[in-house]
Amino acid sequence: MKNIRLLKDRLISKTFLALTILSISTVILIGFGLFYKSLPILNSTSLYNLLFSSEWKPFKKAFGFYPFIVGTLWVTAIAIIIALPLSMLTAIYLSEYAHIRVRKLVLPLIELLSGIPPVLYGVWGVLVIIPLIQDRIAPHFIEFTTGYSVLAGGIVLAIMIFPLIISIVIEVFDNVPQDLRNASLSLGATQWQTTKKVVLRKSFDGIVAAVVLAISRAFGETIAVLMVCGNLAQVPHSLFDSAYPLPALIANNYGEMMSIPMYDSALMFAALLLFVIIFLFNALSRIILYRIEKRNT
Amino acid sequence: MRKTEENIFKVLMILSTVIISSTLFMIVYTIFSKGIGSLSWDMVSKIPEGGFYIGKGGGILNAIVGSIYITIGSTLLGLLISLPIVIYINVYAKRNATLATVTRLSYDILFGIPSIVYGAFGFAIMVYMGLKTSLLAGIITVTLMIIPILVRAIDEVVRVVPEDMSNAVFALGGTRYESAKIILRQSIPGIVTAILLSFGRAIGDAACVLFTAGFTDSIPTSFDQPAATLPLSIFFQLSSPIKEVQNRAYAAAVILTIIVLVINIVAKIASKNLSKNKI
Repeated sequence: MKNIRLLKDRLISKTFLALTILSISTVILIGFGLFYKSLPILNSTSLYNLLFSSEWKPFKKAFGFYPFIVGTLWVTAIAIIIALPLSMLTAIYLSEYAHIRVRKLVLPLIELLSGIPPVLYGVWGVLVIIPLIQDRIAPHFIEFTTGYSVLAGGIVLAIMIFPLIISIVIEVFDNVPQDLRNASLSLGATQWQTTKKVVLRKSFDGIVAAVVLAISRAFGETIAVLMVCGNLAQVPHSLFDSAYPLPALIANNYGEMMSIPMYDSALMFAALLLFVIIFLFNALSRIILYRIEKRNT
Repeated sequence: MRKTEENIFKVLMILSTVIISSTLFMIVYTIFSKGIGSLSWDMVSKIPEGGFYIGKGGGILNAIVGSIYITIGSTLLGLLISLPIVIYINVYAKRNATLATVTRLSYDILFGIPSIVYGAFGFAIMVYMGLKTSLLAGIITVTLMIIPILVRAIDEVVRVVPEDMSNAVFALGGTRYESAKIILRQSIPGIVTAILLSFGRAIGDAACVLFTAGFTDSIPTSFDQPAATLPLSIFFQLSSPIKEVQNRAYAAAVILTIIVLVINIVAKIASKNLSKNKI
């Protein structure tokens, strides 16, 4: 009887180990799968041309991703520029200043924000941000825009990455030992000075990690961006120009990609590009965050 | 001087906290005020009739049911895969901490991979295996996407189960498998939260099912038929030039908002109860 139980334990151990290893290799599998599918385009066009050519004519087999890459960068940069100061200030307030009751009231609200599906952010963007840009903001700067622009994409994305930055930064702040704050306060520093000179300095790595994670989230967001950016294959020159970020490109063309030669391979290359960049960003910031967590336990 | 700086920043901080925490209300309010007018019983109880996308009668029952099928299917499949993984890294791999760390790290990375990449990968697999766009392909892709969520969320609660508990099992002559069962029973509220979280993510994601589940006006009756999903139904209706159809997209957005908010709030309450029962 005892032997059967031990055998069962062993057997389960081996099965679960196999499953664990198999499932963590999905990372490699995804990378390899996308690479394999994008081989045809990599073989026919040089990597340099793919990345830096602006000519996008699938029918002529010209696949230059430059406008899409620049579009993605614009939208991501705007999102971070808007989201970073706001979420940093909020995180500092909730972590260093606010009463525990305020924190317990506000944090769940912010977490709920991260549960809202992208398509709803898109709907909201179309309903609120697009008219706002078209009628209120843009007329001060340029003559005409539809509102579907990199700015709209950036604003919507900024709201989508608020919860991510705030939750990570608060966690990083919580890992700063209370003794350090007390020491600074007892030397006569004000709370803001303590925050600025002690807490923020001590959390620098963690904040960088949070920002990098937020960048990679913004980089890969698809549907919301697709709905508000205008989707024109051009290099944007101002905040009010339309853009066509990479994820939107993939999502928008799935219907036709089988009928045009090399098109599917080109789109798979776009997915591979996203995968590689986001993989690197994520790995980097997660390792930093692991270190911080470990240092304090 | 230092007082002024302090006060300026305090005002800025409170201002940004107010802005950020009110965005949720702004979004929900906008969607409701725009969509509630077009919401009708037909929307949730009927499948699209002929000419639905040019403003004629019908509803989006196909999308609601399709979304629920995909979400339930992928959550079940995801649990089947992620529970053993969590058990392995917490109960069996105790002595092999590196494997546990590597597993956690790779799931953190997988968690950050955008759904469009999962969608593209799922599509590549689908073509490779000769599948068509179908409910099954959709479920497989969404499962891939939610496994990291499930693993990380369940791992979080399993980790805080006191070690004494499994030690007691071992002291009584139990095996690791038997201690795993005790630990899991202890983590049920946390597992429920994890399920709800992944449920919320799976029902709201569009990019992942775009390539794989397809879209159809009927309710799928088997795994090899295409399935419509709620986010895609919103997306497609919104891109229509006809006012009526656009309004129905807003109404569909209301339905999705309600579903997602209910799931998330229930998950919050479930996780609160978990910390109350902690021993």
